[in-house]
Amino acid sequence: MDRAARWVSSFALLLTIAFLLLPIVVVIPVSFTEAPIFAFPPEGFSLQWYAKIRNVDGLLGALALSAQIAALSTGIALLLGTLAAIALVKGQVPGSAAITAFMVSPLMLPGLVLGIALLQALREVGLRDAWWSLLLAHVVITMPFVMRTVLASLALFDFAMVDAARTLGCSYARALLRVLVPNILPGFISGALFAFIASFDNYPVSMFLVDVRTKTLPIQLLNYLEISPDPTLAAVSTLLILLTVLVLFLCDRLVGLRRMAAL
Amino acid sequence: MSATALTAPPRRPDGLTLLVLPALAFLGVVFLLPLLLLLWSSIRGPGGFSLNGYARVLGDAYYLQVMLQSLQLGLITTGGALLLGYPAAFALARARGYAQVVLFALIFLPLTVSIIVKSFGWGIVLRRDGILNWAMENLGLIERPVRMIFTEGALYAGMINVFLPFMVLPIFSVVRMMDTRLPDAAATLGASPWFRFTRVTLPLSLPGVVAGVSITFSLAVSAYVTPSLLMGDRFMTMSMVMAKAFLNLRDWQLGAAMATVLLAVAITVVVGAAWLQKRLATPRGS
Repeated sequence: MDRAARWVSSFALLLTIAFLLLPIVVVIPVSFTEAPIFAFPPEGFSLQWYAKIRNVDGLLGALALSAQIAALSTGIALLLGTLAAIALVKGQVPGSAAITAFMVSPLMLPGLVLGIALLQALREVGLRDAWWSLLLAHVVITMPFVMRTVLASLALFDFAMVDAARTLGCSYARALLRVLVPNILPGFISGALFAFIASFDNYPVSMFLVDVRTKTLPIQLLNYLEISPDPTLAAVSTLLILLTVLVLFLCDRLVGLRRMAAL
Repeated sequence: MSATALTAPPRRPDGLTLLVLPALAFLGVVFLLPLLLLLWSSIRGPGGFSLNGYARVLGDAYYLQVMLQSLQLGLITTGGALLLGYPAAFALARARGYAQVVLFALIFLPLTVSIIVKSFGWGIVLRRDGILNWAMENLGLIERPVRMIFTEGALYAGMINVFLPFMVLPIFSVVRMMDTRLPDAAATLGASPWFRFTRVTLPLSLPGVVAGVSITFSLAVSAYVTPSLLMGDRFMTMSMVMAKAFLNLRDWQLGAAMATVLLAVAITVVVGAAWLQKRLATPRGS
């Protein structure tokens, strides 16, 4: 490539990264301010907003609910999705391409449309319980992430290797455990991680299904931002960012980031 | 060639096929059925069948403007993301070893940070006493703080900020696999830089562009959180009208009709992108 084109593209990459990180990074200094506003540069240094997190009504409950729903829905999606992926890759499923497209399609659907459709349908059958509504909805949200990665890693796996292991004296169970599992594990982990994040962060679907007492973290955060915007929100955000960085770092150690993104 | 050789052998369901059923049944009941019900309720008025919802959505100047505004938001966001993301993806693909992993992680990280946190941070950047006004004042570019928040420019910048990774990553994954010897070969054969780009590099990268554009556009056109946080009621999108119709107005037919329009836009984008990808995959002249 030409020198000018190289310069332009390198500059675009740096600009992209700086631009992407700007709204994330600014949250951190603001969380340590002494003043009760978001002004920049922040005044002084204090940890008072971190101490106030405990007093925010419903925040810890919302965090627990979000983690619970995300973990459960990811688990259910992994179970259903893996069974389906095995059938689609190894079995003789009629119309398997159409079925795969259908199972991944919630990903391309506007979130609010799914939320509204579910709200209406659940009202119709008389399910008004927010916890169960959220769980059902989040399984639909997480399924495409699991399906995509598990299907991809199963499709890449050469099942003749299981036969080879058995020829070499492994039992069938042992062959699956020692050959199949290590090969598709990265796909599992990255699929589960994406699914968890998609559920944990979801706003447009959840907003129709929560009730006064059962609120997920994004809903609670936005509520708080609208009612009493103070730097407590910056402190919570900073902790969430820290958590994300930690998870990403762990994933890089476990799976390798580039492998994760090559969805 | 006989006609039978062109069709795949008929697939006979076996025992493994049954494993697909739980997931299929679940999505059928919790995903497909609610969508069909939504379509049904968009044509169901208080007194039976009625197209009143569509008549209002498509006949009212206000709702037409909302639709145009959403499309405009989608197009500008996609265009801006493409302009910045396309060259950035090439630089990312060119980076080697550890540098590539770090650069990649920096683009990937914002995807995993909550959209609420990002929109909140964007507000801090743009406030009258925010970082951007502070920086411009200290650089002597402006004398008094400029109002940026709640302007359309701020909205577009915030939207591009949220959706840019969805543009960069698909293009990157295609460019990474590109044979870099091809533009070099074209150069050896005497092709000018412009000719090399338009006839070799650009066509090879198009599958990534189609993927990035379709994802970014469908996310941006149906965006809810970012526009409502950065603009509020000043800039209504289709999603915001839907939410209002269902949560505040309790006008389900209006909301369902708007949802159907948005669904139609999303399906058009998905089908159009799939068709384009197929055309790109078949070599020309064959």
